[in-house]
Amino acid sequence: MTTTTPGEEDGVKRRDFLYVAAGGLGAVGTAAAIWPFISQMNPSADVLALSTTEVDLEGIEVGSEITTVWQGKPVFVRHRTGEEIKKAEDVVVAELPDPEPDADRVIKPEWLVMIGVCTHLGCVPVKEQGEYDGWFCPCHGSHYDTSGRIRKGPAPLNLAIPPYEFLDDSNIKIG
Amino acid sequence: MSFEPKNTAVKWVEDRLPIMGMLHHALYEYPTPKNLSYWWTFGSLAGVVLVIQIVTGIVLAMHYTPHVDMAFNSVEHIMRDVNYGWLMRYMHANGASMFFIVVYLHMFRGLYYGSYKAPRELLWWLGLVIFLLMMATAFMGYVLPWGQMSFWGATVITNLFSAIPVVGESIVSWLWGGFSVDNPTLNRFFSLHYLLPFVIVGVVILHIWALHTNGSNNPTGIEIKDGQDSIPFHPYYTVKDLFGLAIFLIFFSAFLFYAPNYMGHPDNYIPADPLVTPVHIVPEWYFLPFYAILRAVPDKLGGVLLMFGAIAVLFALPWLDKSRVRSARFRPIYKQVFWVFVLVCVALTYMGAQSADGNMVEFRGMVPVEINGVVQMKDGVVLMEEGITFALSNVLVSQLLTAYYFLHLLVLLPMIGLFERPRPLPASIAEDVLAKSPAKEEASNA
Amino acid sequence: MLKLMTSIGIAALISLTAVTGARAAGEAIELKSVSWQHGGLFGTYDRAAAQRGLQVYREVCAGCHGLGLVAFRTLSDLGFSEEEIKALAAESDYEDGPDGEGEMFERPGKPFDVFPSPFPNANAAKASNGGAYPVDLSLITKARANGDNYLYSLLTGYTDPPADFELAEGSNYNAYFPGHQIAMPSPLSEDAVEYADGTPATVDQMAKDVTVFLAWTAEPKMEERKSMGLKVIIFLLILAGLFYAVKRKVWSDLH
Repeated sequence: MTTTTPGEEDGVKRRDFLYVAAGGLGAVGTAAAIWPFISQMNPSADVLALSTTEVDLEGIEVGSEITTVWQGKPVFVRHRTGEEIKKAEDVVVAELPDPEPDADRVIKPEWLVMIGVCTHLGCVPVKEQGEYDGWFCPCHGSHYDTSGRIRKGPAPLNLAIPPYEFLDDSNIKIG
Repeated sequence: MSFEPKNTAVKWVEDRLPIMGMLHHALYEYPTPKNLSYWWTFGSLAGVVLVIQIVTGIVLAMHYTPHVDMAFNSVEHIMRDVNYGWLMRYMHANGASMFFIVVYLHMFRGLYYGSYKAPRELLWWLGLVIFLLMMATAFMGYVLPWGQMSFWGATVITNLFSAIPVVGESIVSWLWGGFSVDNPTLNRFFSLHYLLPFVIVGVVILHIWALHTNGSNNPTGIEIKDGQDSIPFHPYYTVKDLFGLAIFLIFFSAFLFYAPNYMGHPDNYIPADPLVTPVHIVPEWYFLPFYAILRAVPDKLGGVLLMFGAIAVLFALPWLDKSRVRSARFRPIYKQVFWVFVLVCVALTYMGAQSADGNMVEFRGMVPVEINGVVQMKDGVVLMEEGITFALSNVLVSQLLTAYYFLHLLVLLPMIGLFERPRPLPASIAEDVLAKSPAKEEASNA
Repeated sequence: MLKLMTSIGIAALISLTAVTGARAAGEAIELKSVSWQHGGLFGTYDRAAAQRGLQVYREVCAGCHGLGLVAFRTLSDLGFSEEEIKALAAESDYEDGPDGEGEMFERPGKPFDVFPSPFPNANAAKASNGGAYPVDLSLITKARANGDNYLYSLLTGYTDPPADFELAEGSNYNAYFPGHQIAMPSPLSEDAVEYADGTPATVDQMAKDVTVFLAWTAEPKMEERKSMGLKVIIFLLILAGLFYAVKRKVWSDLH
């Protein structure tokens, strides 16, 4: 090779600045171009549009529940009996694995709305089972009480409460 | 100047798998002729477009549904709902056209400078294999949106195989997986459209390997003789190619953002309907020259054979060209004939887009003014006006152009090579470069 | 000699390009050309026209033509509020289900629904329209060459046929439709709708408005595309300039 790579003669500074500017701008452009390729995997507009679910509570008898779907996940809507509410409230909150009073988990005590996904590894718990008469997850044996709080088993947290509001006495909007 | 890593971890890897050294050789020290013009940029541009196509294609496949009932709507879902989906799809659709533009220029560059001649015959062949794979990939990709042109393009092209005697019909229903283009066809086309680009990547690696074995050709067509003739690939050609890339991306963006449907066909925004054929079926522009050759022949099998022959003959090019000199720069006759050939290819592209019926191509020019059949004169000069000088039927024009295409490759190229007297070649690349810039010569001597 | 051949070739090619196309469709007529606000490099959709166009679509076109790719929620692009969109969507009922008892039920439309289809399926559409299928309009301006001008020309192009033209039973004469015979009778008539903003509802005005609306339904991301394009191209011009300077510098010590 007879040629030399850009040498250390005069104009080194101007040359260096040029290289840094070109390289820097090229890097910025590449980074900006990558963003759409990442963003495209986020939920699309039609998926986001389905992010609320309305539930008609009329017809859900006391002591029964329905499972509806919100953002692709099962949501339990339970019309609790007085006994269930009492059981949920008569608990020493501080002794729970994930301490949370029942009052913080409901808007109206007779309606318990929560995401039916076990906080352990994502299975759907079965209703009216387990040692606390709440929910029981068959995958790895987590027991939830009548407020959906974790009482025993490997799950670390209570069943999650989705954001919801009462549109009127018998209609709620989840999401 | 081989690669000797200082970092121990890199050295550990290098001793076991010399991949860094290989890349270093290919992208850094690769001795490149010092006189390459911007025509040599299209090779690396083609590589960039291939990467763009693969990345955008993988993205699109995340949102696309290959089913006849959902394919069209899933493409519109991408266009309307997916974040930046419109950008991904327009990039992919226009990227296909860009790929062909860049590759066609790359091929004509090779034709002009004799880059296919010994010892680069295999390099040329591998390039042609890439070209064939690109055509197959592009064709199957165009079917996926399941618009009218997708469906009818697929129907027409797959039906070409029915021209094969005896087994033709069986082959066509094997291609379709049924008795017409339908869901099984769409599914297999999707599968293959995803696969073939990776096959292309493989052949591209071979293409570059073959290139680096004998080195790049250059505008003089003479080989590198010593270090005076070559420069390392980096930084000289990396920066030159980066500049070329930026210019190319501006061209690409102009279509992508301001005319994204210019190279597409409106009919492909109509969902596929197996019961209604569009009035005028045309393939994508990059297939048009071959489509024109296909339609120039009145016989079904003959047309198909001639169309495939138009590509097959390119494989024989290294042996059809009898010239001792590579570059057209030193071939006074071939240089002219080359441009005629380029024009004929462009004209074939144009004819491929014309309707197949008995329409006429009118050649306009200056004609004498006639009133009631009497040529008008003024001061002893015939009055002229613009008008139709003569007209030929579409089919005849296509036939003439097709004939010239083969005449050029099969007759003119060998004959000119034998009889032409090339201009004297420079002694070396370095000498040629210096001869062109006398001012700089003094500077470098000083 | 060869140079001459080449130049003749070029001349022939240039002259040849100008001619053929128009012959293909018989005596195709040049479309009326409108200077659309959404045309050009920086053009944006005329919101007021598009909103009026939606009204024309709903009151005139929607009886036969669907808009199956357009969800009500996307109307926010045209300046409709969430409440207006909810109200628009709720005007039609949609079949949903099955419910807890396994029955399908009707519910009012929601913003995430697409515009309702006027017919349950393509065969029903054909049967109600004398065999002609009223196409979905979501992509109509992109599915026709020079789509905006074509649609406008078509909607305003109904005339009596020329004396020597034989019109088939059940067809209407329209100079801009391929073959000039179209099954759809002239859809627009003076004051077919009453615009809330007081714009006089002439046929010309309604045709323009509905074209703007349908240009938007076909290409809802056009404004985003153009504005991103401007930024990208300016960026690339600067980058190309810098790369060129670097290239000059790097190469300057050669020769």
